[in-house]
Amino acid sequence: MSIKITVTVNGVKHVDRVEPRMLLVNYLRETLGLTGTHVGCDTSSCGACTIHLNDKAAKSCSMLAVQADKCRITTIEGLAKDGELHPLQEGFNQCHGLQCGFCTPGMIMTAADLLRNNRKPSEQEIRAALDGNFCRCTGYHNIVKSVQYAVEKMKAAKPKPKKEVAV
Amino acid sequence: MSTTNLIGQSVKRVEDKRFTTGRGRFADDIVLPHQTYASFVRSPYAHARILQVDTSAAKEMPGVIAIYTGADLANVNGVPCGWQVNFKNGDAMKEPKHALLAAGKARHAGDPVAIVIAETREQAVDAAEAVVVEYEELPCVIDAAKAVQPGAPLVHEDVPNNICFDWALGNPIEEVNEAMSRASHVTTLEFVNQRLVPNAIEPRSYNSSYDPITDKYILYTSTQNPHVIRLLMCAFVLGLPEHKVRVVGPDVGGGFGSKIFHYTEEALLTWCTKQLGRPVKWTAERSESFLLDAHGRDHITKAEMGFDAEGKILALRVKTYANMGAYLSTFGSCIPTYLHGTLLQGLYTTPKINVDVTAVFTHSTPVDAYRGAGRPEATYLLERLMDLAAHEMNMDPADLRFKNFIPPFDGVNQPGYQTQVALQYDSGNYEGVLKKGLGMLGYEEIRKKQKEAANNGKLIGVGFSTYIEACGIAPSAVVGSLGARAGLFEVGQVRVQPTGKVSVYTGSHSHGQGHETTFAQVVADKLGISMDDVEIMHGDTETVAFGMGTYGSRSLAVGGTAIVKSIDKIIEKGKKIAAHKLEANPDDINFESGKFTVKGTDKSIGFAEIALTAYVPHVYPKDLEPGLDFSSFYDPANFTYPFGCHIAVVEVDKETGEVKLDRFIAVDDVGNMVNPMIVEGQIHGGVAQGIGQALFEGAVYNENGQLTNASYMDYCMPRADDFPFFETGTQVTPCPHNPLGVKGAGEAGAIGSTPAVVNAVMDALWSGGHNVKDIRMPLTAERVWRAMQS
Repeated sequence: MSIKITVTVNGVKHVDRVEPRMLLVNYLRETLGLTGTHVGCDTSSCGACTIHLNDKAAKSCSMLAVQADKCRITTIEGLAKDGELHPLQEGFNQCHGLQCGFCTPGMIMTAADLLRNNRKPSEQEIRAALDGNFCRCTGYHNIVKSVQYAVEKMKAAKPKPKKEVAV
Repeated sequence: MSTTNLIGQSVKRVEDKRFTTGRGRFADDIVLPHQTYASFVRSPYAHARILQVDTSAAKEMPGVIAIYTGADLANVNGVPCGWQVNFKNGDAMKEPKHALLAAGKARHAGDPVAIVIAETREQAVDAAEAVVVEYEELPCVIDAAKAVQPGAPLVHEDVPNNICFDWALGNPIEEVNEAMSRASHVTTLEFVNQRLVPNAIEPRSYNSSYDPITDKYILYTSTQNPHVIRLLMCAFVLGLPEHKVRVVGPDVGGGFGSKIFHYTEEALLTWCTKQLGRPVKWTAERSESFLLDAHGRDHITKAEMGFDAEGKILALRVKTYANMGAYLSTFGSCIPTYLHGTLLQGLYTTPKINVDVTAVFTHSTPVDAYRGAGRPEATYLLERLMDLAAHEMNMDPADLRFKNFIPPFDGVNQPGYQTQVALQYDSGNYEGVLKKGLGMLGYEEIRKKQKEAANNGKLIGVGFSTYIEACGIAPSAVVGSLGARAGLFEVGQVRVQPTGKVSVYTGSHSHGQGHETTFAQVVADKLGISMDDVEIMHGDTETVAFGMGTYGSRSLAVGGTAIVKSIDKIIEKGKKIAAHKLEANPDDINFESGKFTVKGTDKSIGFAEIALTAYVPHVYPKDLEPGLDFSSFYDPANFTYPFGCHIAVVEVDKETGEVKLDRFIAVDDVGNMVNPMIVEGQIHGGVAQGIGQALFEGAVYNENGQLTNASYMDYCMPRADDFPFFETGTQVTPCPHNPLGVKGAGEAGAIGSTPAVVNAVMDALWSGGHNVKDIRMPLTAERVWRAMQS
């Protein structure tokens, strides 16, 4: 049995038939080949699979692909716009916020969700927001610094007109 | 960016962009044509006889291609151990077969009993659940000290008392006992250095394929050392021709030791792909990572340190039971011995030391190197003793250390320091790092604050740890004499292309350490070219000549030096070409900032032009080969010995026992630094893992041998809000025996930090009048609260 789903991923519309039990993360990684979203655990604990679903951070290992039907998804591959890196992507490089890079996509997607809702997070708010994302390399020190870098960068940038992508 | 003086700059990493944009390529990202997927049937019991494996129903399931059990692998070797340790009586250690699939008996929970291969991963998982295994559960033993008792269940029938080996190092025990008898004070500590699960966030993943036409294999594996995996798998397990096997370690999502070892799945998938003629892929689920990735630590130790009336250390006596798990992992045997016993000199002038280790099999996951590997256990032992001894003798813990430090020596004008436990330290200034740490801490102020807090019913504690480690592993002859079954050199090839661009092939493997940046800094700096003109390649046995891989903080000290040796050869050859072109003597040519110049003249020729000449050798020295491409094998003269001082400040909640880490100070001396930003990042990560051991982490087995916290829901991984920002400082004492003067930074954080945090908690409790000697790690609120009630 398979079920038809329609999803818009990184601005591109996809219509696919999927097994009902297929996880959203496997749909992204295997059906669409978007391997930037990672699987680090089976229990929605590590956050390596974090994506944006209708502009909210979601752990794609804990959702079925069919649940994403008619949804708008952004993965790490779609975060940079028009060749320009998101301030977080720049911040992680500037502040050495990654080492092995495996947790990084999930970490950035979670942080991006935070910054969308809170333009001036405190250090404790940043740490709390990243609580559902594990990093074994950095001790989180430079990840927090990277997010703080992005906060400053976004403060300095002129606000851009909001552009919605239709499903 | 300037092309010279790149060494020492905090250059931003060149590898970051692919990871921040989702374009990293990890093993599980790779899908091959005609891909098949594997899933395992694993023993639910810690110890059981496998009576029958019925695969008939599973074979009929949709998509199933093949199912193999232990019986099918009866004639295939097991995975080997790479380090032979002998019993005290000279007998070789016990090395029971570690079969690719368990046959006859399962020896730990998760031991694989069958492999199922199907068209999709889901089909493989479904069919694995349909395999019916009949077990007879047997009694098990998990605790190493209990496993050696008479009558304990045996892990391997032919290993009496479960003893893999016993081993001792240092001064004769009689001399140590005599020195101890003269002590005016003896501090004794019996403790457990608990078992940890490494938990790289990328689960292990393998994809093995075979081409029957060329008879060639390709294994993609999340490994820290592809060449070592190829060697072990070809020569010891499957008997494959090494030149027909390519092993690729693509982007690897963290290792921390756990991806050094040759795991059974690597060889089994490679065996299966030959049977099937199709690629076979397997990626561990997190619960499998918990059960199968080699664990770390797990020592049960009694340590005694004797002092004279002035507080000078007279002797150290150590007895350790080291848990090996159910089978010997690749380096399992050398961790509690040559990476633990040899570090028990610490930073102190202790004149008499004896360490006695019994390595024990139990019905648990194999134990091997985990960040620091033996050295954290040694440091924990020494540094807990030091703070406890200071408390018992009513001395200041910093003063006690100053009293006992080995005096500064640079290894050039002053000789290296010969320890009582085999090693010779290269260079050190141990009092320097403690002085610096105390300065950063504001020691007097914090002690004042602690006293005030205690008067107000609050518990604040300061804990110290001054550590040393042996890194830059290792001189082959030395480790060979100690039982290593491999050399520990490294290979670095520098290929200058005709246009002057440089391709570098290193046997070191980067899985977070940033080799593509730091190694390029070294090459660009030495050749006076732009970093953009240098590409660092690693992780593929087909492109890299050979390599021993990344562990033991060895990449820059050993792998980097191999590259420097090749650069030296390139410059030397370049001088000959330049001399010919400039009509001068090669001895009169200087190479600086990317230019070959005739000494004392302005006649010069650029690096790129020399490169082109080497490949278009029209005007060229008669006896010189064309080309500009050199490879070097570098075998270090000694280990390197980074050291440092870690200080923790904690607050303990009197009501709940909860520990809050207020400050963490790390002053590390890792020799010269090529990229201080990356060094600091390495320290941060290590410190977080060390604090994780002190406060949060620990494998918990129940009496049935079940790992009860084998998931992220249950195993307490450190999170972002568990830490403050770390305060880091550096001191530089160059390594005297490698050209870069570097010592290595990968493990320092994990080695130094754990005892500092535990000492701080003990100090907090002492400040509140609690007479506590030890709390078992991790120091959960409950354990600390209970300690305060006793």
